[in-house]
Amino acid sequence: MQSFSDALLEALSLIIAFDGDLQEIILLSLKVSLCAVLAGAVIGFPLGAWLAITRSRLRPVLVTLTSAMMGLPPVVVGLVVYLLLSNAGVLGPLQLLYTPTAMIIAQSILVTPILTALTRESISVLDEHYADQLTLLGVTGWRRLRTLLWEARHGLLTAVLAGFGRAIAEVGAVIIVGGNINHVTRVMTTTIALETSKGNLSLALGLGIVLVMMALMVNAAVLGLGAYMRDQGVSRHG
Amino acid sequence: MADSQSVSMRVGTVVGESLQLERGGRCLLDLPGISLGQAPCTAIVGPNGAGKSLLVRTLCALMVPDRGQVLWAGSAPDARRRHKVGLLLQRPVLLRRSALQNVVYALRLAGVSAPQARRQGIDALQAAGLDAIIDVPAQRLSGGEQQRVALARALALKPDMLFLDEATANVDPASTLMIEQQLSVAMESGLRLVMISHDVGQVRRLAQEVVLMHNGQVVEQSPCAFFFNQTNNPVSRRWLAGELLV
Repeated sequence: MQSFSDALLEALSLIIAFDGDLQEIILLSLKVSLCAVLAGAVIGFPLGAWLAITRSRLRPVLVTLTSAMMGLPPVVVGLVVYLLLSNAGVLGPLQLLYTPTAMIIAQSILVTPILTALTRESISVLDEHYADQLTLLGVTGWRRLRTLLWEARHGLLTAVLAGFGRAIAEVGAVIIVGGNINHVTRVMTTTIALETSKGNLSLALGLGIVLVMMALMVNAAVLGLGAYMRDQGVSRHG
Repeated sequence: MADSQSVSMRVGTVVGESLQLERGGRCLLDLPGISLGQAPCTAIVGPNGAGKSLLVRTLCALMVPDRGQVLWAGSAPDARRRHKVGLLLQRPVLLRRSALQNVVYALRLAGVSAPQARRQGIDALQAAGLDAIIDVPAQRLSGGEQQRVALARALALKPDMLFLDEATANVDPASTLMIEQQLSVAMESGLRLVMISHDVGQVRRLAQEVVLMHNGQVVEQSPCAFFFNQTNNPVSRRWLAGELLV
């Protein structure tokens, strides 16, 4: 067992050397989580916007469901996706278990409710403010959803950030459906878990530092982008 | 759009027949009939809570009355003529984009092609004296400028009737002057105006007809000169004398 300071020094030298293995792990983590957030946004943005403005009787049920799903335990999601993708499962023939795709599916299930709920919240506030004006301009249906989504872009950026934070930091689901296979499905969090249990603290700590740095950078980027967008305030969308 | 079509779609009058609106068991609006659009500018006046805004929102088809019907040039409001009847709200609602893009957005919705919408948008803002802020994000504009952009957007759609719900109540006098000048120019080219106003001076400056409302009912609808000088209606006289109507 190394001492903390030794592990920290070694971790820093690992980060500075940035060797192939480390690169591979970081890039796969990013790829899996970004794809999951993208999938979550594609589903969550329109669904959240629709939930915000619909008068359907299903609305309260769906709102409660998405809010409840925000707290889904990752291991349970991992288990369900594992059962679906395993050879005996409904999606077994697709042979996706222990692939990055399986990890993306599991993380998408985790982040979609977050993106949906946060989108719904942003859009309902806006819709209250915009409803009359949009009706006066004759904006209805899909066009109205699109306009509200674009108007809520700052709020949606925060939703994406929250979703990415959940995805990149999550370990329970990806370790079950990905299997933590070296060079195939090994991501930062699963590596940290494995290396810590092996007593190899330097790699675990190095990845931990990268993970925290990444969270900081994503935050800074989103804040910077938000400020830039507020400054410009111009768009061709909607 | 063909000329014959635009003539047939023209909304020169807005009529409310037997309008009733209730909320929580209280009757907020009860009008046997009201017809607007005969005078170039009609002012709707009356104390707060008289039902002025509710009436305007109902006539603009933002609210559906519990009983009665609204007719735009003789037929029920429909999506095709939506942009023919405009409403300027007390607090302008602009989208989070540039002043120009706000106008372009409305024009595109009305079916104007992108390059033409841009040209017409620039023209509309220039006509409103807003050349300098064309590309400024709407959120950075002052309250008066925002209302002027909202008016430019409403006028760019070339409505036949424009309702104003205390549109200058939160606006500085300089902006109010510019808004009134622009409205006068638009009226000269055929726009019919219906404005809710608490500003008697403004009513005298712009309106030819006055509708006084109280307790969800129309007390009097008369030509401006008659209303201010000769009315015999006791409620109107009390309102003109500055008494509080309760």
